[in-house]
This record gives sequence, C-alpha cells and structure tokens, in this order.
Amino acid sequence: MKPAPFAYVRAESFEHALDVLAEHGDDALVLAGGQSLVPMLNLRLVQPAVVLDINALHALSTIDTHAEGGLRLGALVRHREIAIHPVIATRAPLLRAAAPWIAHPAVRHRGTLGGSLALGDPAAEWPACAVALDATIRLASRARGERCVAASAFFQGLYQSDRRADELLVGCEFPRASDDSVFFFRELARRHGDYASVGLAVSARGRPGAWQDLRLVFFGVGDTPVSATACSAALIAGDAFADAQTRLEAELEPRADLWFSAPAKRHLAVQLLRDAWRDLGNPIGGT
Amino acid sequence: MSPREHLADALRQRCGLTGTHLGCEHGVCGACTVRVDGAAIRGCLMLAVQADGRQVRTIEGAGDDPVMQALQHAFVERNALQCGYCTGGFLLTAAELLELDPDPSREAIREYLSGNLCRCTGYQAIVDAVELAARRLRGQSGTDVALP
Repeated sequence: MKPAPFAYVRAESFEHALDVLAEHGDDALVLAGGQSLVPMLNLRLVQPAVVLDINALHALSTIDTHAEGGLRLGALVRHREIAIHPVIATRAPLLRAAAPWIAHPAVRHRGTLGGSLALGDPAAEWPACAVALDATIRLASRARGERCVAASAFFQGLYQSDRRADELLVGCEFPRASDDSVFFFRELARRHGDYASVGLAVSARGRPGAWQDLRLVFFGVGDTPVSATACSAALIAGDAFADAQTRLEAELEPRADLWFSAPAKRHLAVQLLRDAWRDLGNPIGGT
Repeated sequence: MSPREHLADALRQRCGLTGTHLGCEHGVCGACTVRVDGAAIRGCLMLAVQADGRQVRTIEGAGDDPVMQALQHAFVERNALQCGYCTGGFLLTAAELLELDPDPSREAIREYLSGNLCRCTGYQAIVDAVELAARRLRGQSGTDVALP
C-alpha cells in the first residue's frame, strides 16, 4: 500500500505547471486534493513518472462571479468550501445541495472540484452536477492556451475526458440560476459518504405543467454522467409519469456494482426520478 | 525524505508518533486521521512533503485541549472503544465536529463520523460518548444520559 517511486514537482506558478505538463504529458499526473489520486498511487493503480502538485497555485482556489452573474470556480476549490460558501448557496444551489453527499468530512476538506471533474469518476457528484447545470470546463495548455468545453461534451468514457495530456483543468463556470430555476439532488448508497450506487442531479426552469430546460442527469449508472433525455422530453411534453418512467428504463443501461444488480439499479433510478418529480411539485399519478 | 511517503508514515516512522494508526491506507477507514492547519484529514492521503510549512496535530498533541479531554473521558466512561485501533481517529474527528457544532444531533454525529470505521463497538457507544462530551462542554452535567 505504498506508491511506486515518482518525481515530485511542486508547481511554483501557473506557467510552470503548464511547462511540466507540456514536457511530460501522460507521464505526469496532477495532484490537487489527492483524495482519489493518492489512493490510486497507494494501490499502485497508477504509477506516474511525475506527480505535479498544484496546491500552491492559489489563483486556482477562487470563487468569483462573472459578468452574466454566473459562477467561476477555480479547480482547487475544495468540496467543503462549496458546502459552506454563501455565494454558492444563492447562485448555484445544486452545488450546495450536492456537496454534503461527497465522501466524508476529512475527504471534503482536501478534495477539489477540479480534481473530481478531471478524474470523471462515473459515480462522483461534480461531473453529474456540471452536466445538469450546463457548466463549462476551462482547460489550459502551453501549446494552445486556454479553451472551454461544455461539460456535456467533456466526459467521454470511463475515466476518459476531453482533457488532453498537456492540459491543466483550471476551473469550471456555472450559469446563474434564474428566478424560476429549481434543483434536486439525491443519491443512494449503502453507507453515507460511500460512492453512490445510483444518484440523480436535476436542474429545470419553470413550474409544474410548464417546465423547460429540464435536465435529468444520473450517475453511478454508466461510464459517464447519463443524461436521461428521452425521459425529460416526455416529462416536458406532459406525458404521464408512467410513460416517462418507461422511457427512463429504456435509456439507462446500468452495470451491476458490488451491491446492486443492473435491474436493481434501474429500479433505484426510477425511485429517484419519482422522488425528484414529486419534490418539484408534480403529480405522479397512479402509483 | 522520499516524496512517495505519506504523512501518516512520516509521523510514525520519522517522528515516532505512533498514535496515528494505519488501517486501509486508501482513505476508507479513518484510523490515520490527523489535523493539518486545523482541518481533520486522512494522513494516508496527503504526501508528507505536502505538509511542509503546515501545522500538523496528531492525537499525541491533542490531550491538553478541553474538547479532547471531555471526549476522552466520555469514551472511557461509555466504553466507546475496545481494541482502540480506530480511537485516535474518532477522537480527532469528533473534536472537530464539537468545535463546529457544540450541540449536534445523534444523526449529525453519525454523519460526521461516517468516515471512521470501528470493528468493535457497533458505533452506538461512540455516538453516546460524543453526545455526553458535547453535553458536558455546554455546561450541562451529562448525568441524565442513562446507562444501558
């Protein structure tokens, strides 16, 4: 349970970090909060030549509001900060709702938004929230400067993302919640703080009978966050809940985990949908 | 020091502070909990080189703190430990909770301690002990907690 040897580089500046990634590419792994990377190192699931520690890059720890009133969060913003920062609660309530579900207090003290997004664990909270909120992920490299990617296009497969080997994930931008925005977040796990067996992040605008931009993003049920687009289209169209449920069952293809079979996960996903739909004030109809 | 050495190993092997225990070494069990700049963290999930310039408090250095003393007494009284392997981690995590919330519900105690595993007690006595310590620290006697 000890990491294989690696060279440790503490990034002294943003440019320094990009230089190290430009030089080493895939042979370097970025150390942010370390709450996933260090277990992977300890278990020798990864054996990088270089570990690039970005914790001294304080410019990546900021929570800013941008011109359109949305939020710009640096990659090094820690889960606990998201849980307690007042501006998060008012401008991005879904993030506030999701933060306490992440692991345990000691992990939330260290773990970061950027690390979670860059790793893209399919059962993690931030990737699902980023997709549900139509967030934009910011990446930087020495060769190509900065670019932005929609969260919905960023997560491409199991631990596979659009981040290239020489790029640093520098932050994430979340659009401002409008006055009629509503959210829902819940996950099911055997023990509080464990990875979700099934989770659901929802963002929508409107009111019962008049929903728009309804995004239902499930996690723990596929290789990436899964947007239930057919189900949400049915709900927006005002179809019966049972019909939307059938759509959801058809579009989810969960894989069994240690505790739940694929059919059980599909069942749990339907229960979460039911909870969300009721929580948003909608009638469910004959159960 | 090798950069691959995690903080808990460095504390145990270089500083001789063996009160920080190692259970799983991948962030699941909480036995290696220490406080870095005040925050309870996993000692196995922070490289020792990352603690450069930071204040690290282990269970050995916590005994003069009144919150910790109240917790330690309550743990003994309520039999909140058997083998003791997890206890230091529980105490440090519980101390942080009581600093943030002097009057936590049992549910809040369970949730805050959910990242610390104990294979002996079944947790009931640990939650009892934290509740008792909190009550005493709020200036109440704590004698109204019924013994089983």
